[in-house]
Amino acid sequence: MSDKLISLLSGIIFGIGLVISGMTNPEKVLSFLSISHSWSAEYKWDYSLIFVMGGAIITAAPFFYFLKNKEVSSLGLKISLPAKQDIDKKLVIGASLFGVGWGLVGFCPGPAISAIAVFDPIVIVFLVSMAVGVLVKQNIIK
Amino acid sequence: MTDFTPYSALVGGIIIGLSVVFYFFTTGRLAGISGIFENAITNSVNRFSNLFFLLGLVVGPLLYYNVIAPKVSIAFNITDSYTLIILGGLLVGFGTRLGGGCTSGHGICGIGRLSTSSIIATVIFVATGMLTVTILQQFGIYL
Repeated sequence: MSDKLISLLSGIIFGIGLVISGMTNPEKVLSFLSISHSWSAEYKWDYSLIFVMGGAIITAAPFFYFLKNKEVSSLGLKISLPAKQDIDKKLVIGASLFGVGWGLVGFCPGPAISAIAVFDPIVIVFLVSMAVGVLVKQNIIK
Repeated sequence: MTDFTPYSALVGGIIIGLSVVFYFFTTGRLAGISGIFENAITNSVNRFSNLFFLLGLVVGPLLYYNVIAPKVSIAFNITDSYTLIILGGLLVGFGTRLGGGCTSGHGICGIGRLSTSSIIATVIFVATGMLTVTILQQFGIYL
Protein backbone atom coordinates (compact mmCIF):
# COMPACT_ATOMS: atom_id res chain seq x y z
CA MET A 1 0.00 0.00 0.00
CA SER A 2 1.17 3.46 -0.70
CA ASP A 3 1.99 6.08 1.88
CA LYS A 4 -1.08 8.13 0.88
CA LEU A 5 -3.48 5.19 1.16
CA ILE A 6 -2.02 4.22 4.55
CA SER A 7 -2.40 7.83 5.72
CA LEU A 8 -6.02 7.92 4.58
CA LEU A 9 -6.75 4.63 6.33
CA SER A 10 -5.02 5.76 9.54
CA GLY A 11 -7.04 8.97 9.48
CA ILE A 12 -10.28 7.04 9.00
CA ILE A 13 -9.54 4.74 11.95
CA PHE A 14 -8.49 7.72 14.08
CA GLY A 15 -11.68 9.60 13.13
CA ILE A 16 -13.92 6.64 13.97
CA GLY A 17 -12.17 6.35 17.34
CA LEU A 18 -12.76 10.06 17.98
CA VAL A 19 -16.48 9.79 17.21
CA ILE A 20 -16.99 6.67 19.35
CA SER A 21 -15.07 8.30 22.21
CA GLY A 22 -17.41 11.31 22.09
CA MET A 23 -14.52 13.77 21.78
CA THR A 24 -15.81 15.31 18.53
CA ASN A 25 -18.46 16.99 20.69
CA PRO A 26 -16.99 20.19 22.20
CA GLU A 27 -19.50 19.98 25.08
CA LYS A 28 -17.99 16.63 26.09
CA VAL A 29 -14.51 18.10 26.23
CA LEU A 30 -15.67 21.20 28.13
CA SER A 31 -17.46 18.94 30.62
CA PHE A 32 -14.08 17.37 31.35
CA LEU A 33 -12.31 20.72 31.60
CA SER A 34 -15.10 22.04 33.81
CA ILE A 35 -13.44 20.62 36.89
CA SER A 36 -14.95 23.17 39.26
CA HIS A 37 -18.27 21.48 38.64
CA SER A 38 -17.03 18.37 40.38
CA TRP A 39 -17.14 20.35 43.62
CA SER A 40 -20.83 21.07 43.34
CA ALA A 41 -23.50 18.57 44.26
CA GLU A 42 -25.73 19.17 41.22
CA TYR A 43 -23.24 18.14 38.56
CA LYS A 44 -21.18 15.05 38.12
CA TRP A 45 -17.79 15.58 36.58
CA ASP A 46 -17.53 13.87 33.16
CA TYR A 47 -13.95 12.63 33.08
CA SER A 48 -14.46 10.32 30.07
CA LEU A 49 -11.54 12.11 28.34
CA ILE A 50 -9.12 10.44 30.76
CA PHE A 51 -10.40 7.05 29.56
CA VAL A 52 -9.93 8.09 25.93
CA MET A 53 -6.34 9.18 26.45
CA GLY A 54 -5.66 6.26 28.78
CA GLY A 55 -7.02 3.72 26.29
CA ALA A 56 -4.97 5.20 23.46
CA ILE A 57 -1.76 5.43 25.51
CA ILE A 58 -2.02 1.90 26.91
CA THR A 59 -2.63 0.54 23.40
CA ALA A 60 0.22 2.45 21.77
CA ALA A 61 2.90 2.38 24.49
CA PRO A 62 3.97 -1.30 24.18
CA PHE A 63 4.36 -0.92 20.41
CA PHE A 64 6.44 2.23 20.80
CA TYR A 65 8.59 0.37 23.31
CA PHE A 66 9.22 -2.65 21.09
CA LEU A 67 9.66 -0.62 17.91
CA LYS A 68 11.88 2.04 19.45
CA ASN A 69 15.12 0.72 17.95
CA LYS A 70 13.71 0.14 14.47
CA GLU A 71 15.16 2.42 11.84
CA VAL A 72 12.92 1.63 8.88
CA SER A 73 9.14 1.26 8.85
CA SER A 74 7.29 -1.62 7.17
CA LEU A 75 6.79 0.56 4.09
CA GLY A 76 10.54 1.03 3.98
CA LEU A 77 10.37 4.64 5.16
CA LYS A 78 12.88 6.11 7.56
CA ILE A 79 11.51 6.27 11.08
CA SER A 80 11.63 9.86 12.20
CA LEU A 81 11.09 10.23 15.90
CA PRO A 82 11.31 13.75 17.27
CA ALA A 83 14.56 14.59 19.01
CA LYS A 84 14.37 14.90 22.76
CA GLN A 85 12.48 18.14 23.28
CA ASP A 86 13.80 20.65 25.79
CA ILE A 87 11.48 21.79 28.50
CA ASP A 88 11.89 25.40 27.57
CA LYS A 89 9.90 28.63 27.27
CA LYS A 90 8.45 27.57 23.91
CA LEU A 91 7.05 24.34 25.30
CA VAL A 92 5.58 25.98 28.40
CA ILE A 93 4.10 29.03 26.63
CA GLY A 94 2.89 26.98 23.64
CA ALA A 95 1.18 24.35 25.78
CA SER A 96 -0.34 27.09 27.98
CA LEU A 97 -1.80 29.00 25.02
CA PHE A 98 -3.08 25.81 23.43
CA GLY A 99 -4.85 24.94 26.70
CA VAL A 100 -6.52 28.36 26.80
CA GLY A 101 -7.80 27.95 23.22
CA TRP A 102 -8.93 24.40 24.02
CA GLY A 103 -10.87 25.70 27.02
CA LEU A 104 -12.51 28.55 25.07
CA VAL A 105 -14.14 26.22 22.53
CA GLY A 106 -13.60 22.58 23.49
CA PHE A 107 -11.76 21.77 20.27
CA CYS A 108 -8.26 20.44 19.82
CA PRO A 109 -6.95 19.87 16.27
CA GLY A 110 -8.12 16.26 15.67
CA PRO A 111 -11.75 16.64 16.79
CA ALA A 112 -11.99 20.05 15.07
CA ILE A 113 -11.07 18.46 11.72
CA SER A 114 -13.34 15.44 12.26
CA ALA A 115 -16.21 17.82 13.11
CA ILE A 116 -16.29 18.91 9.46
CA ALA A 117 -18.50 15.81 9.18
CA VAL A 118 -21.33 17.51 11.10
CA PHE A 119 -21.58 20.27 8.44
CA ASP A 120 -21.74 23.23 10.82
CA PRO A 121 -20.13 26.32 9.23
CA ILE A 122 -18.76 27.48 12.60
CA VAL A 123 -16.36 24.51 12.48
CA ILE A 124 -14.84 25.95 9.31
CA VAL A 125 -14.40 29.34 11.01
CA PHE A 126 -12.50 27.54 13.79
CA LEU A 127 -10.29 25.65 11.32
CA VAL A 128 -9.44 28.78 9.32
CA SER A 129 -8.50 30.56 12.57
CA MET A 130 -6.41 27.55 13.57
CA ALA A 131 -4.60 27.62 10.20
CA VAL A 132 -3.90 31.33 10.67
CA GLY A 133 -2.49 30.58 14.13
CA VAL A 134 -0.17 27.92 12.66
CA LEU A 135 1.03 30.25 9.89
CA VAL A 136 1.59 33.14 12.30
CA LYS A 137 3.73 30.88 14.47
CA GLN A 138 5.66 29.65 11.42
CA ASN A 139 6.38 33.16 10.22
CA ILE A 140 7.37 34.86 13.46
CA ILE A 141 9.20 32.09 15.32
CA LYS A 142 11.67 29.84 13.59
CA MET B 1 -22.87 19.12 30.82
CA THR B 2 -22.52 15.60 29.45
CA ASP B 3 -22.70 12.24 31.21
CA PHE B 4 -19.71 10.12 32.16
CA THR B 5 -19.32 7.40 29.51
CA PRO B 6 -16.27 5.31 30.42
CA TYR B 7 -16.92 2.33 28.12
CA SER B 8 -17.37 4.21 24.84
CA ALA B 9 -14.49 6.48 25.87
CA LEU B 10 -12.21 3.50 26.43
CA VAL B 11 -13.25 1.77 23.19
CA GLY B 12 -12.77 5.00 21.21
CA GLY B 13 -9.40 5.55 22.90
CA ILE B 14 -8.20 2.02 22.02
CA ILE B 15 -9.22 2.56 18.38
CA ILE B 16 -7.29 5.86 18.33
CA GLY B 17 -4.32 4.01 19.83
CA LEU B 18 -4.53 1.34 17.10
CA SER B 19 -4.53 4.05 14.44
CA VAL B 20 -1.41 5.62 16.00
CA VAL B 21 0.32 2.21 16.06
CA PHE B 22 -0.70 1.34 12.49
CA TYR B 23 0.45 4.73 11.19
CA PHE B 24 3.76 4.54 13.02
CA PHE B 25 4.46 0.93 12.07
CA THR B 26 3.84 1.56 8.36
CA THR B 27 5.06 5.11 7.76
CA GLY B 28 7.48 5.59 10.65
CA ARG B 29 5.78 8.87 11.54
CA LEU B 30 3.92 9.88 14.69
CA ALA B 31 0.23 10.67 14.40
CA GLY B 32 0.32 14.12 15.99
CA ILE B 33 -2.57 15.92 14.38
CA SER B 34 -1.33 19.50 14.84
CA GLY B 35 1.92 18.56 13.08
CA ILE B 36 0.05 16.75 10.31
CA PHE B 37 -2.19 19.82 9.94
CA GLU B 38 0.83 22.12 9.69
CA ASN B 39 2.50 19.91 7.08
CA ALA B 40 -0.74 19.67 5.11
CA ILE B 41 -1.27 23.43 4.86
CA THR B 42 2.36 24.30 4.10
CA ASN B 43 4.72 23.11 1.42
CA SER B 44 6.28 20.14 3.21
CA VAL B 45 7.78 16.83 2.12
CA ASN B 46 4.80 14.71 3.08
CA ARG B 47 2.19 17.29 2.23
CA PHE B 48 -0.15 15.03 0.26
CA SER B 49 0.10 12.08 2.63
CA ASN B 50 -0.76 14.44 5.46
CA LEU B 51 -3.70 15.85 3.51
CA PHE B 52 -4.93 12.27 3.06
CA PHE B 53 -4.70 11.70 6.81
CA LEU B 54 -6.85 14.79 7.41
CA LEU B 55 -9.30 13.61 4.76
CA GLY B 56 -9.53 10.30 6.64
CA LEU B 57 -10.33 12.19 9.86
CA VAL B 58 -13.46 13.51 8.12
CA VAL B 59 -14.32 10.32 6.20
CA GLY B 60 -14.14 8.22 9.42
CA PRO B 61 -17.00 10.05 11.18
CA LEU B 62 -19.03 10.16 7.94
CA LEU B 63 -18.66 6.38 7.61
CA TYR B 64 -19.56 5.91 11.25
CA TYR B 65 -22.73 8.00 11.15
CA ASN B 66 -23.93 6.81 7.74
CA VAL B 67 -22.75 3.22 7.40
CA ILE B 68 -21.43 1.67 10.61
CA ALA B 69 -23.99 3.05 13.08
CA PRO B 70 -26.66 4.97 11.12
CA LYS B 71 -29.05 4.91 14.08
CA VAL B 72 -26.68 6.79 16.36
CA SER B 73 -27.59 10.46 16.55
CA ILE B 74 -24.79 13.00 16.27
CA ALA B 75 -23.99 14.55 19.64
CA PHE B 76 -22.61 17.97 18.84
CA ASN B 77 -22.95 21.15 20.84
CA ILE B 78 -20.65 24.11 20.27
CA THR B 79 -20.58 27.76 21.33
CA ASP B 80 -22.29 30.22 18.98
CA SER B 81 -19.85 33.00 19.88
CA TYR B 82 -17.61 33.85 16.94
CA THR B 83 -15.30 35.72 19.32
CA LEU B 84 -14.62 32.52 21.25
CA ILE B 85 -14.34 30.45 18.06
CA ILE B 86 -11.83 32.76 16.35
CA LEU B 87 -9.76 33.42 19.46
CA GLY B 88 -9.83 29.71 20.33
CA GLY B 89 -8.78 28.67 16.82
CA LEU B 90 -5.88 31.15 16.74
CA LEU B 91 -4.60 30.02 20.14
CA VAL B 92 -4.93 26.30 19.33
CA GLY B 93 -3.07 26.74 16.03
CA PHE B 94 -0.34 28.98 17.43
CA GLY B 95 0.01 27.21 20.79
CA THR B 96 0.21 23.63 19.48
CA ARG B 97 2.94 24.51 16.99
CA LEU B 98 4.92 26.61 19.47
CA GLY B 99 4.67 23.87 22.08
CA GLY B 100 5.39 21.13 19.54
CA GLY B 101 2.18 19.13 19.84
CA CYS B 102 -1.44 18.76 20.84
CA THR B 103 -3.58 16.18 22.60
CA SER B 104 -2.49 13.47 20.16
CA GLY B 105 1.16 14.41 19.62
CA HIS B 106 2.05 15.13 23.26
CA GLY B 107 -0.90 13.48 25.04
CA ILE B 108 -0.98 10.12 23.24
CA CYS B 109 2.24 9.63 21.22
CA GLY B 110 4.50 11.54 23.62
CA ILE B 111 3.18 10.02 26.84
CA GLY B 112 3.09 6.61 25.07
CA ARG B 113 6.82 7.05 24.49
CA LEU B 114 7.32 8.18 28.09
CA SER B 115 8.65 11.56 26.98
CA THR B 116 9.12 13.87 29.95
CA SER B 117 8.53 17.02 27.90
CA SER B 118 5.25 15.62 26.55
CA ILE B 119 4.04 14.68 30.04
CA ILE B 120 4.81 18.23 31.20
CA ALA B 121 3.14 19.78 28.12
CA THR B 122 0.01 17.67 28.68
CA VAL B 123 -0.24 18.63 32.35
CA ILE B 124 0.14 22.30 31.34
CA PHE B 125 -2.52 22.36 28.61
CA VAL B 126 -5.03 20.42 30.69
CA ALA B 127 -4.40 22.83 33.58
CA THR B 128 -4.74 26.03 31.51
CA GLY B 129 -7.80 24.52 29.78
CA MET B 130 -9.45 23.88 33.14
CA LEU B 131 -8.49 27.34 34.36
CA THR B 132 -9.96 28.94 31.21
CA VAL B 133 -13.27 27.10 31.57
CA THR B 134 -13.45 28.05 35.25
CA ILE B 135 -12.80 31.73 34.48
CA LEU B 136 -15.40 31.78 31.67
CA GLN B 137 -17.93 30.31 34.08
CA GLN B 138 -17.20 33.09 36.57
CA PHE B 139 -18.40 35.48 33.87
CA GLY B 140 -21.50 33.39 33.32
CA ILE B 141 -20.24 31.93 30.05
CA TYR B 142 -21.33 28.30 29.83
CA LEU B 143 -21.74 26.25 26.69
